[in-house]
Amino acid sequence: MSVAEQLPTAKTSANPSRPPRRNGRWAGYGHLLWARMLELKREPEVVFWVFVFPLLLAAGLGIAFREKPAGASPVAIVAGAGAQQTESLLQNSPQHASFKVEVQDDAAARKGFRLGKYDLVIEPNAAGGLTYLYDPARPESVLARSEVNDALQAAAGRENVIATSEVTSSEPGSRYIDFLIPGLLGMNLMNSGMWGVGFALVDMRQRKLLKRFVGTPMRRGDFLLALMSSRLVLMVIEIGLLLVLGVVFFHMRVLGSLFTITLLGSVGALCFGGVGLLTASRAQKIESVSGLMNLVMMPMWIFSGVFFSYERFPAVVQPLIKALPLTALNDALRTSILEGTPLLHQWPRLLVMGLWGVISFLLALRWFRWT
Amino acid sequence: MGIAVQCRDLRKTYQGKVEAVRGLNLEIQTGECFGLLGPNGAGKTTTIEILEGLLEPTSGQVSILGHSWSQNPREMREWLGISLQETRLSEKLSVRETVDLFASFYREPRSTDEVLEEMQLTEKADAWVGKLSGGQRQRLAVATALVCNPKILFLDEPTTGLDPQSRRQLWDIIREFQRNGGTVLLTTHYMDEAERLCDRLAIVDHGQIIAEGSPADLIERLGGHHVVEFAVSSNGNGRADPALWRALPGVESVLEADGMMALSVKEPHLTIPALLDAVEKQGSQLEHLSTRQASLEDVFVRLTGRHLREE
Repeated sequence: MSVAEQLPTAKTSANPSRPPRRNGRWAGYGHLLWARMLELKREPEVVFWVFVFPLLLAAGLGIAFREKPAGASPVAIVAGAGAQQTESLLQNSPQHASFKVEVQDDAAARKGFRLGKYDLVIEPNAAGGLTYLYDPARPESVLARSEVNDALQAAAGRENVIATSEVTSSEPGSRYIDFLIPGLLGMNLMNSGMWGVGFALVDMRQRKLLKRFVGTPMRRGDFLLALMSSRLVLMVIEIGLLLVLGVVFFHMRVLGSLFTITLLGSVGALCFGGVGLLTASRAQKIESVSGLMNLVMMPMWIFSGVFFSYERFPAVVQPLIKALPLTALNDALRTSILEGTPLLHQWPRLLVMGLWGVISFLLALRWFRWT
Repeated sequence: MGIAVQCRDLRKTYQGKVEAVRGLNLEIQTGECFGLLGPNGAGKTTTIEILEGLLEPTSGQVSILGHSWSQNPREMREWLGISLQETRLSEKLSVRETVDLFASFYREPRSTDEVLEEMQLTEKADAWVGKLSGGQRQRLAVATALVCNPKILFLDEPTTGLDPQSRRQLWDIIREFQRNGGTVLLTTHYMDEAERLCDRLAIVDHGQIIAEGSPADLIERLGGHHVVEFAVSSNGNGRADPALWRALPGVESVLEADGMMALSVKEPHLTIPALLDAVEKQGSQLEHLSTRQASLEDVFVRLTGRHLREE
């Protein structure tokens, strides 16, 4: 890294006529970028939030939501007439391995159900029928009810009208961790882009460092460019780390080319660099920019499909959600990584990010407060 | 000798209300060390930042070595070394990295090592800025200004908050720069600094220059040569009328502060005997009497009726 021509540093103060040192056109940019990278490297918080935190988050969520075969559903049968018969029907059914049946008195069964110990309570009634107590809001409860019902009906002699057969599938690519990692990538690019650019700028403004820089012949464009470029360097490391984690620990399959993924990441990083620049273009204090940043990022954390699919939101707001830059980035990364969608087919998403980035950057240049 | 810095009828009004600078005229010759002396809030910083091209004046003209900020600001910045009031440089960069960074903005900067040596920062070259003492930070701030090999050095309160030794070090550096043909404009609210360092100075108050000249000239013109300070005990006669003291021979002005009378005097050997007579005639007792050379402080007090350090 020596864009400037450094001269040999012999101590010759007695000889003041040393040849002049000359700087080329890009010396300022090079030094600004280098200084920025040094500062980032020396700031332990940056290393943690940018690199370690996303990895911990991905690892934690990946382990919590790892794929495991559905365990045996705990089911309680209320003791009384018919309890014995129901239990033996269940034990003799072909699906008996998927239940863990206990006979309990009414109070104990209900209490266990309430506390989540049982997914389903079966209460034989006087007419020889059964009453299922289940919670339609708990997926495992719904599952237990239908499984148990099937097993009991079949054991009691119900015939299947349609012949069915089953093939099981648990392919990498359709698991939660596969959904999660591209989302985390996108969110991380947003967070570090906004904070990396916005926070740094307001800090420098507060320190009057921006004013001091403007007092030199430094090209203002070079300064902003260096700030954005530092994001690109970090972006490559961020993406690399998360993808390696996904591939090594969660056996994630990356279908898209690394080139495409890096390019999408670059566009995303620059886009959020621009949004960060705009957010920080006027703020004088760290406190005020922190609030603004959170205000800008909050909707995207919620709506842009980081942790769960945005398809869950009502159809009316879908166009709005798709216009958010993080949605575009997440969708682009997800389809590229998981489905191998080629770059050319990503143009609507690239357009969304590009527009956000360029418009923000231009507005920021217009409103930017250097002093 | 040409004119290094010139401004005419400079005005700056913040938000249409606060008039920080109200019609200020300056002319600084090349090779001169010029000081803007005034209390806090007098408009010194606003003035110097307008001259540095960092603030837009509300009205008035500025010219630096014959160029105006609207013509060729980038070229002009090559000539100026600036140290702002309280710039906090990046704490996680080393001294050398900081100076190198600033050097990289200029076409033909000086060697970083040479500047560090001059500023006695060689030992600290690899220390992070965050670990420096106040004096070292201030020297580093001046180093970032000197590394560009400037024609004019702008220093805004360069020694505020420094210990006496660090102040003296900075004064030496400024003198050295001036000896090599540089022009210096500095602001300060220390009289001794202005008196020792500046060839000429302007006293600024409420956004206007109220007096201008060499320190000796200002003292002679406005401070009187000597100051006679005394206190009398009043024996029930009530307080003596200042007019009584004003009427003594050789007295140019009278000021009362903290129970002491201060007379600006041209010839103390004429005034003091007359003063003693007057005190005796009044039936009072002299409780204190001293004479000293007049200073810039006296000039300022005489001009504004306030002390420099008062808010």
